[in-house]
Amino acid sequence: MSDAETPPETEFDPVAPNTGEEFEPVDVFPDSDDFDLRPGADSCFKCSTCDTNCPVAEVDDDFPGPKFQGPEQWRLKQSDDDHEIDDSVMDCSNCMRCDNACPSGVPLSQMHNTARGEYVSEQMDKLSVEYIRNRILANYRTSAFFASKVPRLANFAMNFGPARWVMEKTLGVTSERDFPEFAKQTFREWWADRGGQVKSRENAKAARKRRGLPEDADKKVAYFHGCYSNYNTPEVGKAMVRVYEEFGYEVVAPEQKCSGTPMFANGMLDDARRHAETNVSSMSELVDEGYHAIASCTSCSMALRQEYPELFDIDGIDKVAENTFEAVEYLRIHEDLKGEVQAADVDGDLAEEFAYHAPCHSRNQGLDRQAVELFRDLDGAEVEDVGDSCSGISGTYGWKEEKYEKSMEIGEEMFEHMEHAEGETGMTECPTCAMQMEHGSGYEIRHPLELLEAALVE
Amino acid sequence: MAIESEVLVIGGGLGGLTSALAAAREGADVRLVSYKQSTLRQASGLVDVLGYTPDGDGPLTDPYEAIPSLPEAHPYRKVGVQTVRDALSLFDDAVPTYEGEHTDTNALLPTHGGSIKPTARYPAGASAGLASDTRDTLLVGIEEMVDFDAPHVAAHLDATGVPFDVRGETIRFPGDLRADAKVTRYAKLLDTNSEVAVRGRMVPAREALAQRVNPLLEDEERVGFPAILGDDNPGAIRDALGDHLGVDVFEVPMGPPSLPGLRLEDALFSALDEAGASIETGNPVVDFDGEDRIEKVFIEKNGAKIPNSADQYVLATGGFVGKGVESDREGVYEPVFDCHIPHASDRYDWFEGELFGDHEFARYGVATDDDLRPLDASEHSEFENLRAAGSVLGGYDFAAEKSGSGVSIATGYAAGQRAAQEAR
Repeated sequence: MSDAETPPETEFDPVAPNTGEEFEPVDVFPDSDDFDLRPGADSCFKCSTCDTNCPVAEVDDDFPGPKFQGPEQWRLKQSDDDHEIDDSVMDCSNCMRCDNACPSGVPLSQMHNTARGEYVSEQMDKLSVEYIRNRILANYRTSAFFASKVPRLANFAMNFGPARWVMEKTLGVTSERDFPEFAKQTFREWWADRGGQVKSRENAKAARKRRGLPEDADKKVAYFHGCYSNYNTPEVGKAMVRVYEEFGYEVVAPEQKCSGTPMFANGMLDDARRHAETNVSSMSELVDEGYHAIASCTSCSMALRQEYPELFDIDGIDKVAENTFEAVEYLRIHEDLKGEVQAADVDGDLAEEFAYHAPCHSRNQGLDRQAVELFRDLDGAEVEDVGDSCSGISGTYGWKEEKYEKSMEIGEEMFEHMEHAEGETGMTECPTCAMQMEHGSGYEIRHPLELLEAALVE
Repeated sequence: MAIESEVLVIGGGLGGLTSALAAAREGADVRLVSYKQSTLRQASGLVDVLGYTPDGDGPLTDPYEAIPSLPEAHPYRKVGVQTVRDALSLFDDAVPTYEGEHTDTNALLPTHGGSIKPTARYPAGASAGLASDTRDTLLVGIEEMVDFDAPHVAAHLDATGVPFDVRGETIRFPGDLRADAKVTRYAKLLDTNSEVAVRGRMVPAREALAQRVNPLLEDEERVGFPAILGDDNPGAIRDALGDHLGVDVFEVPMGPPSLPGLRLEDALFSALDEAGASIETGNPVVDFDGEDRIEKVFIEKNGAKIPNSADQYVLATGGFVGKGVESDREGVYEPVFDCHIPHASDRYDWFEGELFGDHEFARYGVATDDDLRPLDASEHSEFENLRAAGSVLGGYDFAAEKSGSGVSIATGYAAGQRAAQEAR
């Protein structure tokens, strides 16, 4: 039975129509400001297709899978006020593959994020090592901010054996992985040195002239570089700027914080909200001025597009979601990118065969085949897909000491395919997938924007 | 600007995949867009052409022979018998791991409910299980998998009068799996042949599974498992189990989520990739521009409308289950282009009182001309550059006839090929 209190008295006969004029629908669940994901839970017809997409359930016998974490947990909550969130929600890696699977559009990852947030804020011990460790991992931007002030020292200290041993023993951060190197000059430092928006406007104008476009063409984008392109791989951010300018776009790099991706995955919704407020406020002002928000990391674009409007109610949030795009996707929509790539060729250090891995977070955005298809006809470089498995790291998941082995087991399929691929250089859009690819194969990992820059920019 | 192609196929099920494949092999620049992952994950993986006539006669021995006497509105009548044959040849070529192409005669396959299903093509993994084979059979169920109760299935099969003895046994799957382990968990263990703990000793999963079955095997010559035997390497797993047990091993297709469906999805997507098509899943087509011709369609991503344009379009969005056909209290409609769907105006005429009655809704879908162009209420084509394929089509009841896959493949093939020819 549903939890409608008393069914109205009727002489219901499933064959004879009896819902004529006397039928009065009853509003069983009144409006509420709390999360109400019941409509989504009700759309689930238990086909379990989501479960076939879960990389964790495939290797972890403690994890009951997305169908349980999502619709089933929500039904339990709905009917039982004392229902506590099952602690297995912390084993979900937030890959969000289940979203792309559901034929009924059940908002699975929204349910997981919400349940995890509730678990962390109401059930988790704030003094526990796990909480402190997760909080530190989720707030990568803070650590990166300080480390980038002293990159050489940080690169040494973060991978200093004894220190890592202590980190594993006291905090549960695996010592198996190498911390990513911090760049000597961040993207934002480079951007400011180069002359910022003014310089970009000049470059864009010159490119429009070269291309025979009207000089005042309304081509402008706001770059959401995220933490990783800023602190660790500024070459990706530089490639984004140069490629966009080549097509005649003026780029701005507005004030921004972490997209929130690692915070969602650790149930730190208050932290995520604080960062989201800054991001939404600076992006929505620019959207009003005719800018589109462009991200080079598929998890950042995913957060701005999907997780923000699903989880937060911030002024301008829907407008930002509607106007956010992944960097290559935007050019595919607005430029003849395919034609230009076909006419181009690559030489130098990017004339390579790449073993490409599509990040899980690119899937819901329909971008998992973009790089492979775009570079099919590029002379001088090959991009080979290494299969549709998850890399296994899922941001902070693979950094946790107790998850490390599961993470490597999930990644095994990708490592094997990388080994069998022609090339010995990897490619992906996602910074943490890149860490896992490098960790498992020893290959150097590049971003599609870098190849695009090599093909299209002088 | 828009994302451009010559042929745009909307829908990633069997109809859409075949359509895109046929168009790509015809030389067209093809793009396939699908709201979510393919509905093949919910399909058994068997490829039926026609098992029963609309009057319920059957199982049919030769489905091709019966096609010319189907009602005129039936999709097979629109494309003709030869197209059905050509389409299946394309399928056979694209999915070499399937069997059944050696004959026009329907094969009889046991289902996980213990009934017998007439089908035209089946995965190699099911072939040792044919019901026409006279070898005695042991079915092995897994205790935790409640949707395959082997003794029950065996009793049902026996009651259908199969020409062999069949018995069912239930085992615990080796290793400490959770009670509701996913089919992919079993498949992954067997694919990687990872070690599992059996009485304190680590044993490779395939060997451990065979050890559980061995003592239960009497003089049966074949053993059937629910379809959990691997995702990437099902052939190697069957061979390994067969070697350990000294008999042939087969899989019984299961309900959703279905590994045979998933493997078929993978095979068709890689054929499509090899043919050079573009593929995008994850977001729905919600709107279009155009009057007599479709100029472009829009894919919705979190409020953004991404334009996609093509010369020719194929609508392969599925039926009620795939949500290519929808209904509410007012009527039955096709949500993307609002193509006309003929249906009774009183919704109480859509269905019959009996559960397995001859429901009209089962045949609801778009009506088309012989070129598969959807027709409006006055029987004119809705758009000159739109064709429909698969279960968005009306005029047939795939569940009763066992014709779902065949209609999707045949109409997908015809729509894709004609779209490609016209795009040039």
